[in-house]
Amino acid sequence: MKKELICISCPMSCPLELTIVNGEILSITGNRCKNGEIYARQELTHPQRVVTTTVACRSGLWPRLPVKTIAAVPKDYVTNVVTELHEVEVEAPVLLGQIIIENVANTGIAVIATRSLPHETVKE
Amino acid sequence: MKNQMRKNYSVIVVGGGPAGLAAALGARQAGAERILIIDREVETGGILNQCIHSGFGLHYFKEELTGPEYAERFNQQVRSDKITILTDSYVLNITPDLKIEVISKKHGYLNLRAKAVVLAMGCRERTRGAIRTPGFRPSGVMTAGLAQKMVNMKGVLPGQRVAILGSGDIGMIMARRLILEGCQVVGVFELHPFSSGLTRNKVQCLDDFDIPLHLSTTVAFIHGRKRVERLTLAPVTTDYKPDLKQSWDIQCDTLLFSIGLIPENELSARLRIKMDPATGGPQVSSTMETSLPGVFACGNVLHVHDIVDFVSEESHRAGRYAAELALGMRRPGDNITLYPGENIASCTPHSLSSDREQTIYLRVKQPVKDATLKIGNRYEQKFRTLVPSEMVKLSLPPKVLNHFFGEQLRIEVSSEEGAQ
Repeated sequence: MKKELICISCPMSCPLELTIVNGEILSITGNRCKNGEIYARQELTHPQRVVTTTVACRSGLWPRLPVKTIAAVPKDYVTNVVTELHEVEVEAPVLLGQIIIENVANTGIAVIATRSLPHETVKE
Repeated sequence: MKNQMRKNYSVIVVGGGPAGLAAALGARQAGAERILIIDREVETGGILNQCIHSGFGLHYFKEELTGPEYAERFNQQVRSDKITILTDSYVLNITPDLKIEVISKKHGYLNLRAKAVVLAMGCRERTRGAIRTPGFRPSGVMTAGLAQKMVNMKGVLPGQRVAILGSGDIGMIMARRLILEGCQVVGVFELHPFSSGLTRNKVQCLDDFDIPLHLSTTVAFIHGRKRVERLTLAPVTTDYKPDLKQSWDIQCDTLLFSIGLIPENELSARLRIKMDPATGGPQVSSTMETSLPGVFACGNVLHVHDIVDFVSEESHRAGRYAAELALGMRRPGDNITLYPGENIASCTPHSLSSDREQTIYLRVKQPVKDATLKIGNRYEQKFRTLVPSEMVKLSLPPKVLNHFFGEQLRIEVSSEEGAQ
């Protein structure tokens, strides 16, 4: 069986062609680097995504703080991760890389702040 | 008065987005002492601050970062380099003798002087007016980038049922973002027969969430007096005219436009520097200097880039050259001019110097496979595919450039098939 995928590891977006026999990947072509092969194997067995979203931030320079999962979570968990983060509110100031949740949606993966957010009264 | 602003600077950078930050760092590295960045927002970082998704930095930092993370690396460096930042401040005018009029929230009206100025104002989005979409003028019609700022920074949703016109990267990224925030996205509609953004964004933003992408389709009418109520959509003919006989309606309360970017050159126009109609930005020399001595340009105000990494690289260079000039070092003029030929939409810079390695950015007009890029009659490079949505970066060493001394150099792209 042939299967086509687009690699999403980088903006190159390589078109991959997989040859699959009895659920085993026999060959992967079209990738321009090793990440393409890693992505194809991962995507076929258990697809996963890094989630980026925001959480509420009290008395910050902005009312939302951007966050991300420090590693990819299973694709089926993306909605649960975002839903759980909708309920979270942090207090400014926040530092870049600060842990917001240790284990989001029981994935075992932490969520961190992707910027520093000063208190609303602090100016550069 | 301890907060009195200094009046004289060696380099003033207009705009504190990725281009301005990198230019200021480049200027510092080249030895400029007094550097000022002016930005109209409350903080530097520009549009990166609202681009909370990842995909930035793969070239420049060799790792994948989100927009805010990318911005923070530059912000930290600018702070540790003790570069002065003036936020909440708007540049009203630049004079040809490099006096800069600023209106600032903190300091009021300022009249500053610089030995060199770097234009780094970035670009703005094309709006509904740019393509004259027919219909009423209800609320709920806005650009994708504005919706991005509302959602990601202010925590306000633009609506509940959203349609997106244009499959640019911002449009597709906003489609995913709005779904995750609980909105419905009724579809992404694209005038062209191909998606205008990166394929990976179609996969991870649209396909992952079953958002339909309708190619060769446009919005023919916007209905609703106070708020968007529905849209009439129509397939387009080969000459991009809507075929109203085959139109259909769709219910929604919001329409986002993601239909391209325009360099923000009001200040440049008033300075009467020479512009390039192909890029919408100034013409620049190999030192990124415009036709007005002492005024440099870089980033999206010069030409719209696809990835911020290239903006940083180019702007760092522009900052270095601006600092050199401010320190009294004037390089000899360029000895090669560059102009676009067959299937080249635009190329930057507009002239080259054979005394050092030169970086050229260009875009093709039409997608081509197995392409050969030719520069003059001595240099060739092969590409598997070239598409208009992906800018090409070339580096030419002096040993190649020396052959072209004094020439008007033509860049062109041909495909294997075309040549046979």
